[in-house]
Amino acid sequence: MAEIRNFTMNFGPQHPAAHGVLRMVLELDGEVVMRADPHIGLLHRGTEKLAEARTWLQSMPYMDRLDYVSMMCNEHAYCMAVERLLGIEVPVRAQYIRVMYDEITRILNHLMWIGSHGLDVGAMTMILYAFREREDLVDMYEAVSGSRMHAAYYRPGGVYRDLPDRMPQYVASEWRSAKDADFINEARSGSLLDFIEDFTNRFPKFVDEYSTLLTENRIWKQRLVDIGIVSPERALQLGFTGPMLRGSGIAWDLRKKQPYEVYDRLDFDIPVGTNGDCYDRYLVRVEEMRQSNHLIRQCIDWLRKNPGPVICKDYKVAPPPREAMKSNMEELIHHFKLFSGGFHVPEGEAYAAIEHPKGEFGIYLISDSANKPYRIKIRAPGFAHLSAMDEMARGHMIADVVTIIGTQDIVFGEIDR
Amino acid sequence: MSAKLEKLSQNLQKHLGERIASLKTALNEITVEVRLADYLDAMRLLRDTPELGFEELLDLCGVDYSTHSSKKPENAGEGSRFAAVSHLLSISNNWRVRVRVFAENDNFPSVPSVTDLWKSAVWYEREAFDLFGIVFPGHDDLRRILTDYGFIGHPFRKDFPVSGHVEMRYDPDQRRVVYQPVTIELRENTLRTVREENYSKH
Repeated sequence: MAEIRNFTMNFGPQHPAAHGVLRMVLELDGEVVMRADPHIGLLHRGTEKLAEARTWLQSMPYMDRLDYVSMMCNEHAYCMAVERLLGIEVPVRAQYIRVMYDEITRILNHLMWIGSHGLDVGAMTMILYAFREREDLVDMYEAVSGSRMHAAYYRPGGVYRDLPDRMPQYVASEWRSAKDADFINEARSGSLLDFIEDFTNRFPKFVDEYSTLLTENRIWKQRLVDIGIVSPERALQLGFTGPMLRGSGIAWDLRKKQPYEVYDRLDFDIPVGTNGDCYDRYLVRVEEMRQSNHLIRQCIDWLRKNPGPVICKDYKVAPPPREAMKSNMEELIHHFKLFSGGFHVPEGEAYAAIEHPKGEFGIYLISDSANKPYRIKIRAPGFAHLSAMDEMARGHMIADVVTIIGTQDIVFGEIDR
Repeated sequence: MSAKLEKLSQNLQKHLGERIASLKTALNEITVEVRLADYLDAMRLLRDTPELGFEELLDLCGVDYSTHSSKKPENAGEGSRFAAVSHLLSISNNWRVRVRVFAENDNFPSVPSVTDLWKSAVWYEREAFDLFGIVFPGHDDLRRILTDYGFIGHPFRKDFPVSGHVEMRYDPDQRRVVYQPVTIELRENTLRTVREENYSKH
């Protein structure tokens, strides 16, 4: 009998299903994966080292570039860690704005996930649907921060500015007829909150559309059910968090269990899976989108009724209002000192974690009372999830590897840092 | 200090006892420092004692304390430069703890591996090895993880410049990628300053 040897195959780093720059060495026995060895680091930028050479405020925009599909959540964890070390209070209105934008970000992230996961598995339509809604969500980003992706909107002490009263309008051009522009502008005729509210009214129907396409779809189920099963015990061993952990049946959500900002005042449910396979994680994330929509509505209600400051009044940390800076010496000095030397953070260490769309995103800071961090460690949820690739893929067919990458919701910005 | 932290602190003292070199509570977080010899034992107790119940290792990272501006940390033993810091989470008890252990030798830092206790440590320890050069005896697969294939040095050590030592470019004559010494200058636009005590108290 002929000797049969395992076949080693290289997957990526330029594979369209690799979600960026994942290189994986797969050891195959026929079509069955015997061992998967992900090689990461192709997008390593040394964010943590760079942050050590920059002031506390300067390294804030680097956080957007970690998980570049859920930008504001990364900023949130960083700001919370700095605030904890500084011991400053964030105004309640800023906390509501943060929660609202965290949930907008969660929808943004899950739309990207459902689109690319569908694309990987063969449901091409999903990405077109998902990007239709993402367009409105990045417009919400743009309205508050001027940027569609890398917002740099959250600052230690609050958020950069209050929500605008009107939305930017589309204009007719060579590429967009006046009729089309009017159609898009219709929802954008009021304030930003009106626009977000309009979106939350439309969104549940969109989620129904995704469910119609996927949930009972025979091919979708054949590709996802019983693939990449993780038992609750293994999920804890492997350091899973977020939807990956909830898919395995552990009801753990930092927003409920260790509430931060104003999550303890809001009403929402945590969806939990039962089998721990890819299909359960799909169901968990789809339900999370509905819950996020519900949370955004509650925040809109509160924000409409309660005007107030959105950043703390301590000018040693947060910049003074622009008008005051132009007319008062004291404020001018504060402004200059803040943006040249930066603020100093008391000596100590802090770990702040938030329920990021992908799992627990934590920032561990060590300060030696300088104007720059001594050490910053970013705890990225995707890092722990991808390290479980070998265990999850072993014994599956090679086509299932793509499903598992999709269900892990891999983004290399945060894994390679 | 909240009742929950108080309880955790008592449980830690009860079960770890002598193994705790120091226990600090600051900013609603508990930091336990252990000596290198007690490290594995303490970690095992943290995981297996139901009253502590740390089922999950969320994070493990290296720290290089060589240029820390204030006094050297206590309990550092002979070596005081490299430390491995882990963040543990208990799902059942809903609390967290931070464990720090200093490596004994500054020239060849080594900390026992906890991969047998938590599988998630495999990649975290590879990362700490890659970036800080901390060796983890007991780890089966201690390869570099984030840096380039064939990278020399440990980039997150404080004596490694931010700009690095080598850069890579495509050489059209040799028709391949070559490494050469860096051509960019190291800049520091905002100086690192440490204020004297009580400067910013107001």
